[in-house]
Amino acid sequence: MKQLLELLEKDCTQPPEHLAAMLQISPEEVVAHIKRLEDEKVIVKYQPIINWEQAGVDKVTAIIDVRITPQREVGFDAIAERICRFPEVVSLYLMSGAYDLSVMVEGQTLKEVAQFVSTKLSTIDGVISTTTHFMLKRYKYAGVIIEDQEEDHRLVVSP
Amino acid sequence: MNWAERISPVVTSIPPSGIRRFFDIAAEMKGVISLGVGEPDFVTPWHIRESCVHGLHRGYTAYTSNYGLLELREEIARNIYNNYKVTYDPRREVLVTVGVSEALDLAVRALLSPGDQVLIPEPCYVSYKACVILAGGQPVPVPTALENEFRVTVEQLEKLVTPRTKALLIGYPNNPTGAIMPMQELAAIARFAKKHDLIVISDEIYADLTYQGSHTCFASLPDMRDRTILLNGFSKAYAMTGWRIGYALSNPDFIAAMNKIHQYTMLCAPITAQVAAVEALRHGKDKMEKMVAEYNGRRHLMLKGLRGMGLTCFEPKGAFYIFPSIRETGLTSVQFAEELLKTEKVAVVPGDAFGESGEGFVRCSYASSINNLTEALERIERFIKRLNESG
Repeated sequence: MKQLLELLEKDCTQPPEHLAAMLQISPEEVVAHIKRLEDEKVIVKYQPIINWEQAGVDKVTAIIDVRITPQREVGFDAIAERICRFPEVVSLYLMSGAYDLSVMVEGQTLKEVAQFVSTKLSTIDGVISTTTHFMLKRYKYAGVIIEDQEEDHRLVVSP
Repeated sequence: MNWAERISPVVTSIPPSGIRRFFDIAAEMKGVISLGVGEPDFVTPWHIRESCVHGLHRGYTAYTSNYGLLELREEIARNIYNNYKVTYDPRREVLVTVGVSEALDLAVRALLSPGDQVLIPEPCYVSYKACVILAGGQPVPVPTALENEFRVTVEQLEKLVTPRTKALLIGYPNNPTGAIMPMQELAAIARFAKKHDLIVISDEIYADLTYQGSHTCFASLPDMRDRTILLNGFSKAYAMTGWRIGYALSNPDFIAAMNKIHQYTMLCAPITAQVAAVEALRHGKDKMEKMVAEYNGRRHLMLKGLRGMGLTCFEPKGAFYIFPSIRETGLTSVQFAEELLKTEKVAVVPGDAFGESGEGFVRCSYASSINNLTEALERIERFIKRLNESG
């Protein structure tokens, strides 16, 4: 089902009939496969990729390097899971190297993000330090080049 | 001065490409969905483009050997050996050309004397017949039919071969039909070529775009390596049409003869494109396979769509074209294509552009996004429905 997943990842809005034709199975089978993949949490969510700048919506995004003290039995997980729950947090990764967690935070204003870091994130027990990097521009996201300049330069008819 | 009178009668005798004429109509319209393109809709993979830019930084801006960069010829020979187990000497048996188009032109010019005949299965790529005529030869079309999946048979060839026949020019997977030739049938053609002492020019530009079974390289058939001029290039499989890099593999004396014409005309293929072609062969396989898988999905979509609207349609086995029959509409292929373009703004190429036996068909390229293909299918269906209602 790798092929089906690849097609969905590229464009999840395609109707089952198209996917069925491309995969040479019936539309009913496509629907059943998708249902199973959703149930098994292989497909976690369907989400559009939005160029917010183009939409005229101002957003502030920061990536925060967080160092934490690992805890007995649970290591980094307990704190990471706690941080996950904040609605401001868009993504969270455990990292190797100079710091432990990489937290991506989104807010309406610079102040809002700063406040989140100083009042919510750094005050969590076990958080040793935070380094906040504000994102200046998004060039590529989830495999998509945001302002892709490449166009179809082909002639209408060619040999 | 009347320039028209000064033009060589050989050139005057060739009709302009049917594709070109149709292009002029389509080019002036807006909102056209084009199924008329004979090239990938992918841009050349980035690492290949990047290697060209890097090549420029390193000062690769000069002529290369007439034969092409040795590095590239070595990669080409290695690639052919890896795929088909046919050995070519990169120093003497490989010539890098400006696209397969130049390779074809050189091959027929180096081969043909005035009046020599060349058997060409039809429908076929638009240049085949014209190149033979320009080289002073005489093309002998061998019509193939939908009923036989557009494959050419030895029986057909036997009927048309004469003492003046010097070569057979084949192109499988085929543009425009998408037909391929199974190995056994190609082997029969190989025996036919041997029996009549013919040279076979085999254009295998779509070899990597084979969806069912594996491609048979003509030179890999018994006794055929030394009877074959093998043509291939980078345009289709690596999405590199604009780079114009092709190549010819053959006997060293013949390659030297082709090179003689090449050195007085093109001199050499552009070095920047040759550098990129080296990268394509070394590291481009994954990307190429991804593109092929994508075409394959679209192929199924188009076949299902076109058959679903009642058109008789051969299932293409290679390339990225589908060639539905439009005979039942009662229109000629030109009328069909023009009406479809005018009323529904979908560009397809009339089948007669590829030879007389292409009449009654249109070529649809599925080198286009799924959204475009879906929209085009809807428009074609609307068009057919209207034709049925009015008929």
